[in-house]
Amino acid sequence: MNRRESLKTLGAISAGTILGGCASHPDNNTAGPAANTTIDPTGRQDFEMARDKELAGRQYFDPHEKATIAALADIIIPKDDHSGSASEAGVPDFIEFIVKDEPQHQLPMRGGLRWLDMECLDRFDKDFIGCTPQQQVAIVSDIAYPSLAKPGMQAGVTFFSKMRDLTAIGFFTSKMGIADLGYKGNTPGKWEGVPPEVLKKYGL
Amino acid sequence: MQLIKNAAVYDVVIIGSGAGGGMAGYVLANAGIKVLMLEAGPFFDPAKDSQQLKWSYQSPRRGGNATRPMGDFDAAFGGWQIDGEPYTQKDGSDFQWFRSRMLGGRTNHWARISLRMGPRDFKCRTAFGDGDDWPITYEEISPYYDKVDRLIGVYGSVEGLPNDPDGIFLPPPPPRLGEHFVKKAVTAQGIKVIAGRGSVLTAPLPGNKDRQPCFYCGQCNRSCKIYGDFSSSSCLVIPAIKTGNLTVTSNAVVREILTGDDGLASGVSYINKDDGQEYRIRARTVILAASTCESARILLNSRSTRHPNGLANSSNAVGKYLHDSTQGGAGVAVLPQLFDRPRFNEDGVGSLHLYSPWWLDGKKLPFARGYHLEIFGGMWMPGYGGYFGFEGAVVPYLNGYIPRRDGKMKPGGGFGASLKDDYRRFYGSIAGLGCHGASTAREDNYCEIDPNVVDKYGIPVLRFRYKWSSDDIAQAKHMQETAQAVVHAMGGIPLVQPQGPETNYGLDKPGKGIHEVGTVRMGDDPKKAPLNKWGQANDCKNLFVTDGSVFTQQSEKNPTWTILALSMRTAEFIIDQRKKRNL
Repeated sequence: MNRRESLKTLGAISAGTILGGCASHPDNNTAGPAANTTIDPTGRQDFEMARDKELAGRQYFDPHEKATIAALADIIIPKDDHSGSASEAGVPDFIEFIVKDEPQHQLPMRGGLRWLDMECLDRFDKDFIGCTPQQQVAIVSDIAYPSLAKPGMQAGVTFFSKMRDLTAIGFFTSKMGIADLGYKGNTPGKWEGVPPEVLKKYGL
Repeated sequence: MQLIKNAAVYDVVIIGSGAGGGMAGYVLANAGIKVLMLEAGPFFDPAKDSQQLKWSYQSPRRGGNATRPMGDFDAAFGGWQIDGEPYTQKDGSDFQWFRSRMLGGRTNHWARISLRMGPRDFKCRTAFGDGDDWPITYEEISPYYDKVDRLIGVYGSVEGLPNDPDGIFLPPPPPRLGEHFVKKAVTAQGIKVIAGRGSVLTAPLPGNKDRQPCFYCGQCNRSCKIYGDFSSSSCLVIPAIKTGNLTVTSNAVVREILTGDDGLASGVSYINKDDGQEYRIRARTVILAASTCESARILLNSRSTRHPNGLANSSNAVGKYLHDSTQGGAGVAVLPQLFDRPRFNEDGVGSLHLYSPWWLDGKKLPFARGYHLEIFGGMWMPGYGGYFGFEGAVVPYLNGYIPRRDGKMKPGGGFGASLKDDYRRFYGSIAGLGCHGASTAREDNYCEIDPNVVDKYGIPVLRFRYKWSSDDIAQAKHMQETAQAVVHAMGGIPLVQPQGPETNYGLDKPGKGIHEVGTVRMGDDPKKAPLNKWGQANDCKNLFVTDGSVFTQQSEKNPTWTILALSMRTAEFIIDQRKKRNL
């Protein structure tokens, strides 16, 4: 059987599964998978499906916390010439899901969000989402650079590092983020090695 | 609850559907023998059940590992812990036991690395002064390796190395970009780098119309919808079912092998997880292939007046000589020369593109056996968890040490458009190598029945005792030195800090290699080994074992290809013995 036939057969085999999966891709960039209750059941065990459904069916963060997460996520990954912002890629929904999936994130996130609001109240008399964009950036700048942060800001630095990791994971594993990185795989093809012009560029 | 006894007598009952059980079933069914295969987990057909080509965002945890230790898309059900089926430790041991209870067993998640053991490996006592010699030679098993190569398919390059025998190879896949850099750095250490050897169809497999060549998604661990790689389900069990001679009973958890007054195996007792009932079936021959530790557990739980300390255990060796490969080195690095690298599809195959066989055989070293290098690097699908996780996690730590494109430095961490750009810049720049070596089988590394604990089916569970030896630790130290030298030579920024003696120089916990073997070993002396050189129990001639437990002594070569060759050889021996009416 030649390669073309092989790929054709793949299409036939996959009609119900791969294409079915594609149909459930979030077509607009605001729908994250956590909001999408139709997870492709292919290859999933019953207890996994039940657990995913149960996690998606309850909320951990309250609306204020969720709004703060969205604001922070968009400061960490804003819209630029390449792609949209973290919240446009569904990052707040991903963070809501992952803290229920991996509960070790819950306390550091909840406590960190509260720490941030208290710091803003002390400094600007408003909570984080009530601050002006300039005030938000001023606070974030104090906790975003571990080597420059003042000693009293360590709790904020720890929180922000986690928030930044979860935001980056959520963004760069979304459809928008994967396209932004320029990942070209996950598609049937023929691997014939690194293209000659690339080998030449690196002197290989 | 009922005890259901089936009056039918099967020619052969096989316990387990992984590499060892699958191969035995395939050979016997194709010889016209009626076979019943018992599998402790559900049926699984990669053509229907694989999660191949799903995107990270089709998982709410983006491929994370909260419910599957190797990530959401990995084919293997089960993991290091299974609810209601515990195992225990003694003497401060921390053996990690990976179980995959499903059709195909642990062939569902493995990296398809398919290496032959060499002539010196089978005679390790003679060759290295270490471990025990096998009761067979490379020359005896070599024709079976050839047959496995032709039946299943393996890619590689012909090298003519004395203790890393060549196979009948399909063309190997070329390296990815990052792997070229690792190869240069490894070669600079005086270490030979050759093509990987993996059971992935890089070309059509002659004579096989049911499997199609690889389409290069690099996702073998998810199992393959077109059967382009080796899984026991797709390549052995499902074809065996099609002969009409093999039947699979899934969700059948074996309690014990039953024996008659004559001491011979008479059948198997199992619980069916679907209906909760207890079953007893009869068989003329029993083949045990439940995985290295589970097979020992079943034998030790199969006590009778004729076999008071467990079946096939007059040698008292069942459960002993447990040994997993050493795993260390962890030479993972970011390569700054790959920042802003060109984008193209370099998923490749889901097995090894490049590796280095053990290169210091015969040199004076503080340890007896060797290890090999597995080289990796590439632009993987961004995901969370799984084998590599999200490489972006290192970006806000490393960006303070790397000059920007304009040559200036900035503080590490950050946020906003500049950070977003750093993630792009770093993407696809991780490469490195892992080290996997041979550990020596020892009588005092073992699993045994814990007298105090049963699982949710009431079956007594295993208790592990496993300590790395000073030899294993010396090997891990050498691995780390090699890995560090390679990372340094390629100008990489190491992502793993070197470790000292307090953590065994980064040597992973025993079991984590998922190459454990040796608990029901073959040997020449029935007083010392449960099995003869055909995998036949010395105490019970109609009982055979065909999984990794039969290994007398592992080598640094991953065990699956040897399990397949030995299982094929045992199955052919059974056919011969049936013809001679010895069974």
